Amino acid sequence: MTQTLQEEATNTPAHGATEGKREWLKYISFSTDHKVIGIQYLVTSFIFYLVGGFLATLVRTELATPQSDFVSPDLYNGLFTVHATVMIFLWIVPAATGAFGNYLIPLLIGARDMAFPKLNAVAFWMIPPGGILLMSSFFFGAPGSGWTSYPPLSLVYNKVGEAIWILSVLILGTSSILGAVNFIVTILKMRAPGMVLNSMPLFCWAMLAASCLILLGTPVLAGALILLGFDLIVGTAFFNPTGGGDPVVYQHMFWFYSHPAVYIMILPVFGLISEILPVHSRKPIFGYKAIAYSSFAISFLGLIVWAHHMFTSGTPPWLRMFFMINTMIIAVPTGIKVFSWLATIWGGKLRLNSAMLFAMGFISMFVIGGISGVMVAAVPFDIHVHDTYFIVAHLHYVLFGGSVFGLYAGIYHWFPKMSGRMMNETLGRVHFILTLVGFNLCFLPMHKLGLEGMNRRIAEYDPKFATLNLVCSIGAYLLAVSTFPFIFNALWSIFKGEKAPSNPWGGLTFEWQTTSPPPHENFAIDPMLLIAPYEYGTEKAKEIIQAGPFLATAAATEA
Amino acid sequence: MNIPGSITTLLIGILLTVTSIWYGQNHGLMPVEASEEAVLIDGLFNTMMTIGTGLFLIVQGTLIYSLFKFRRRPGDDTDGPYIEGNIPLEILWTSIPAVIVLIIAVYSFEVYNSIGGLNPMDHSVAHGHSTQQIANMPGAAIAATLPEETTAPQPENLDNATGDRSPAVEEAVTQDPATAAVRDQSLPQRKDSSAMGSTAPRIGPTPGNVGKPPDYVINATGLQFAWLFTYPDTGIVAGELHVPVGKEILLNISANDVLHAFWVPEYRLKQDAIPGKQTELRFTPSKVGEYPVICAELCGAYHGVMKTKVIAQTQDDFDAWLKEQQVASNPNDLKQTVAVNPANQAPDEFLAPFIQDLGIDRAIVQQLHSQHAHSSAS
Ligand SMILES: [Cu+2]
Ligand SMILES: [Cu+2]
Repeated sequence: MTQTLQEEATNTPAHGATEGKREWLKYISFSTDHKVIGIQYLVTSFIFYLVGGFLATLVRTELATPQSDFVSPDLYNGLFTVHATVMIFLWIVPAATGAFGNYLIPLLIGARDMAFPKLNAVAFWMIPPGGILLMSSFFFGAPGSGWTSYPPLSLVYNKVGEAIWILSVLILGTSSILGAVNFIVTILKMRAPGMVLNSMPLFCWAMLAASCLILLGTPVLAGALILLGFDLIVGTAFFNPTGGGDPVVYQHMFWFYSHPAVYIMILPVFGLISEILPVHSRKPIFGYKAIAYSSFAISFLGLIVWAHHMFTSGTPPWLRMFFMINTMIIAVPTGIKVFSWLATIWGGKLRLNSAMLFAMGFISMFVIGGISGVMVAAVPFDIHVHDTYFIVAHLHYVLFGGSVFGLYAGIYHWFPKMSGRMMNETLGRVHFILTLVGFNLCFLPMHKLGLEGMNRRIAEYDPKFATLNLVCSIGAYLLAVSTFPFIFNALWSIFKGEKAPSNPWGGLTFEWQTTSPPPHENFAIDPMLLIAPYEYGTEKAKEIIQAGPFLATAAATEA
Repeated sequence: MNIPGSITTLLIGILLTVTSIWYGQNHGLMPVEASEEAVLIDGLFNTMMTIGTGLFLIVQGTLIYSLFKFRRRPGDDTDGPYIEGNIPLEILWTSIPAVIVLIIAVYSFEVYNSIGGLNPMDHSVAHGHSTQQIANMPGAAIAATLPEETTAPQPENLDNATGDRSPAVEEAVTQDPATAAVRDQSLPQRKDSSAMGSTAPRIGPTPGNVGKPPDYVINATGLQFAWLFTYPDTGIVAGELHVPVGKEILLNISANDVLHAFWVPEYRLKQDAIPGKQTELRFTPSKVGEYPVICAELCGAYHGVMKTKVIAQTQDDFDAWLKEQQVASNPNDLKQTVAVNPANQAPDEFLAPFIQDLGIDRAIVQQLHSQHAHSSAS
């Protein structure tokens, strides 16, 4: 099969070869092409990922020894605050929704672009200024109240940095709202004929669920930040207790968005995993409907669990129980997904390439975060571990072991489609192993640190925690090193990589039936749903895979 | 290969269960259990660890097994079997986690109830003067002498004009002169409304102690970057928390500037200190020893050094310490300070006598006071 695909790839006229020289310019322009915007999102957010990672290594350098001896305590607070903000608002959210959402959704549903291309470009172009603004705060005393920015501390500590932080997050939040509107309309209105909701690729379900969360949650965050800004700049007292305000109300508003934000960051990645596993396992996804609907179950439940971040704060007893039970129930739809993925793999013919390794690594690491997630939902236990390194470990298993592993899987899987070139497999495997080892070395010991009594957001800690912290720091450096083979691989492959066939993995969704990269407006003919997205192991699937990029060549309408 | 599949499955199942149960009990991840609450919370944690270990092994085992067993053999370009799902199996793995989660939820609820999380504080006990009067008799058989909530309400408790319907209750931290001396008086303190039910966040009395006043009431005040403990019945102010073991302690927690959180890992208990709103933690220390008191909520540049000790002593040692302290600090002096001081005095001035107690560097304290002044100015 691979040979036929390669032949066919060389036969297909290399599109855009004449304009190749100026090609790159469109990636820094106000392009309305969803593929360009998707790649713009991906590259921009990855650059911010490197920035956030750099900040993290500085944090881990400070924590390599128990004393506060590397940066000033003020700068230290700035480092972890900006690290978290960058990773959430400038890396995972824009990469998971912006990059993959924009690049994949029109292709997956057989549309030529997003519903509102200009709005889409506007949404993207808010990201670089928002990010640069945030980074500029280091020149004015970086915000030091954590990414949660709880008042009253955020009202009195590094005020200029705090104001910049608020403005920057408002800009990034607005961008994410604009994106969400676009995804919902596109998915609901622009599907190819024959594609009903229940035959959509699962990534679309996940994006639909995540976009609903963005629309419901982000405005509440904006409200909280605007009020916080008033308290900070003009001295109102919405949250400031010296004027009779209530700091706990801020926490409610903040987490009303920021817990769903976890699902905004993980649901699209769940979607990516549901796309990647069947292709490389050569088996249909196991339990399509269960996976599809569980995304919505998660997103609904995700809206009514926010106060589990406040079990030791101003939350009355009965409310703690309410939020505890809701939070625990989320384990059920999440478990459905995990077991369905395992069943998809089970009995398949696994092609253990980089994309598949990262996808399996995703399941493995995410499950650890999921288990500790149920634990911290239990109020009595959370009263012990809240605001400790146990939480730091938990959240990184969800957001790094989960989201980032999944994003890497997505990049390896769709890189040939996006660039028209294959990535190097050996470097990909090196990248995977370094990431897996570095990640666990860095974050696994943190569980123990937290349980034993190390609180988070501190520059200085009890010397009895020194050894484990050193291990964590070494893991963090390894993690930093692990990105080098990836960056080298990506850059090298873009220019020198082997030319990618239209369907290198033998996928069934529409994007694999057009060229790599797809032409402008994706398809030469209007795609029709010929086969459900995961019918691997059927004769029809074989035919379609062998037909080549028929959606991009007008002659092949009969396929 | 002659072993039937079902026996292999059974063996794996038994091995899995045994490993999980063993690890759930022997993980060695927690510090000493030094309070009665800690034992209950660890029981819950061990159960969750057992279930978690089992789940972890199932998922990782499946992944690793698949990695070897199902990897594509060279030259094999065919697809896997066409299996789209299996409804009974899906029902199984929906309902089993649901049942597990329910069990954990019920168990957590039980533990939460047993550590006193569900018991709204009796306002006549928690607030106002009655607490102090009762607590003035250390170690006395208090339950019998406890006045009914409805009888003889303290005048302070009824300062709200709406009278009996929703009497606003002054919080204990505002009532005690010793605590008032270290509190930032410019900060309006919210009142608790008893008719609205228990709104203040708290861990209350354990079910067996409902309606009884705690053996000792101690007020904890968090300020950047230190804890101050005041003993309302004796007027003692200390930088370290002294408690007798085996006695129920009520900690009224307040904050002077920003959020802090009182945490003793060995007690497994944590409660935020919220400026303008008193919070409460009621617990029983069970082991003699010294344990760290850690501020767990980010409170500024020196959050990491905001720690002190809880010193859990036998009743005799504790009584001796109380006596010693009472001789050392004349409560009358303190009351005078209160009368003279209030808000116009900078915190470092009225804190000066206690700085040595705080267990932090004088340099740091000075450094942070500029910040504190800054914060109260805004
Ligand atoms: Cu949450
Ligand atoms: Cu603190």
